[in-house]
Amino acid sequence: MRAAVVRNETVMTEPAVDAIVEVRGISKTYGSVEALREIDLDFPRGKLTSLLGPSGCGKTTLLKIIAGLIEADGGTVAVNGKKVSAPGPERAFVFQDFALLPWATVLRNVAFGLELRGTAKEERETTARRYIKDVGLAGFEDKYPHELSGGMRQRVGLARALCVDADVLLLDEPFSAVDEQNRRKFQEDLIRLRTNQNKTFIFVTHSIEEAVYISDRIVLLSPRPGRVSRIIEPQIDRSGDPDRIHRDRHYLDTVEEIWQGLKQYVE
Amino acid sequence: MAAQMQAGGAVSFAAPSRSSQAVRLIERPIVLRLLSIALFAAIWQIAGLIPVSFAFPTFSDTMIAFVTMMADGSLPTAYVSTLQPLILGVILSTFVGVGIGTLCGLWRPGEWLLIPVFIVLQAAPVAAFIPLVTFIYGIGMTAKTLAVIILALPVIVLNTYKAVRNVNESLLVMSRSFMGTRWQEVIKIVLPDASPVIFAGLRLGVAAGFVGVVLAELLITPTGIGDLITFARSRADYAGMYATIASVIALSTVTLVALQWIEVRVFRPEKRGD
Repeated sequence: MRAAVVRNETVMTEPAVDAIVEVRGISKTYGSVEALREIDLDFPRGKLTSLLGPSGCGKTTLLKIIAGLIEADGGTVAVNGKKVSAPGPERAFVFQDFALLPWATVLRNVAFGLELRGTAKEERETTARRYIKDVGLAGFEDKYPHELSGGMRQRVGLARALCVDADVLLLDEPFSAVDEQNRRKFQEDLIRLRTNQNKTFIFVTHSIEEAVYISDRIVLLSPRPGRVSRIIEPQIDRSGDPDRIHRDRHYLDTVEEIWQGLKQYVE
Repeated sequence: MAAQMQAGGAVSFAAPSRSSQAVRLIERPIVLRLLSIALFAAIWQIAGLIPVSFAFPTFSDTMIAFVTMMADGSLPTAYVSTLQPLILGVILSTFVGVGIGTLCGLWRPGEWLLIPVFIVLQAAPVAAFIPLVTFIYGIGMTAKTLAVIILALPVIVLNTYKAVRNVNESLLVMSRSFMGTRWQEVIKIVLPDASPVIFAGLRLGVAAGFVGVVLAELLITPTGIGDLITFARSRADYAGMYATIASVIALSTVTLVALQWIEVRVFRPEKRGD
């Protein structure tokens, strides 16, 4: 087991190996509150990067700016080398509150991204069925969201994002409205899912344990104004039994280290 | 299990299996509805037999009058003339009302220009406008259709507007994130999400449309149902008068039920079985 690679923000100026999302000088102010100040970040292709920080650090704002759902006051976001300012086919979003159509079945909800793109019904439903199976919801195709648990609803949200075949998946605290048992199961499934999906994940969370458990790379944000305070790359072997990770010494050390760093921001 | 025990307690003289069967039968919505109608008819019959007023016929007399009027063709003929302005007015109000309401909900200038007009119209005793309508549009089909529209339209517009304004914001963001166009947003998100409140407005609007058409036929020129009511009253044929009124109420109810069916079928399938 190697030690965690801890890098200071000064090291960040060197170009990353292969950055799929490049954030340069992003600033955002809401009224008199400075949510984000001059954020520079690279998100490496094929990795899961978490944005972690206490509430008010602007992590969701940053994610929504990358998604093109919020306009930044300054700075640029580039995906695959191209500057973006609106939602695009190379990015897909998973919402904290699931944002499922209550009047549509699981099948239609999962296929909804493709429906908006004008994909033929048969084709999009075939694709949707495949992803419904991938997220473990086979047999629930004809159920309505109100018939599902919180965890299952978010699986629908994830399947919908996977369905449009974007390169980058943006997840905004996807498990915060899911109960603890389902959250752990879902985290395990996400690790498994990542091994057969060649995608880049950007994951917003306020849970240190969650971030360390699933991330290749953790970006710590400090609040008011939101800035990058540290980047941590926990070197945890996730190939084996997912339960083992929780007892892994390295996992526990990284959690403790991040907590010591974030403690000062918690009043 | 609990239902069985309850039933056993309530109808202790019957065998448990039979009483639980009876309870299950009673719990069926259709049985309950029929029971409620039967109860209503019984009270009507008793009130007519007392009698509460010489002008109040019994339920059975009213039903006989209804069958007679159906058989001699007076009721069907009356409906042919009443339904024309009613259907035309209700359909126009539905499409124009939902259209204006949606527009006002999505477009600020539309809201400022039009919504106050409809708020005033809804607050005003619009039946008082009917003579005015006659003054401008005469006594024909146009005036009667307008009477239906001025009663039905405001509530449809206002409900649609409110529903569209309060559409679930997070679904709109979701649609945008998957690159939905503005048009797709309106058709696939706004209207289905707003449909329960829009349909509540439609039910009120259609009921108001029935009021409008009957008012028009009583106030403008006696034709159709209005004529039949006036005529029966003038002859002191109270059974005929009540039969006509009851038939309007029944038709209005059936229309509202049909509207609900359309809502659940077409717009909100997840509410089926509620």
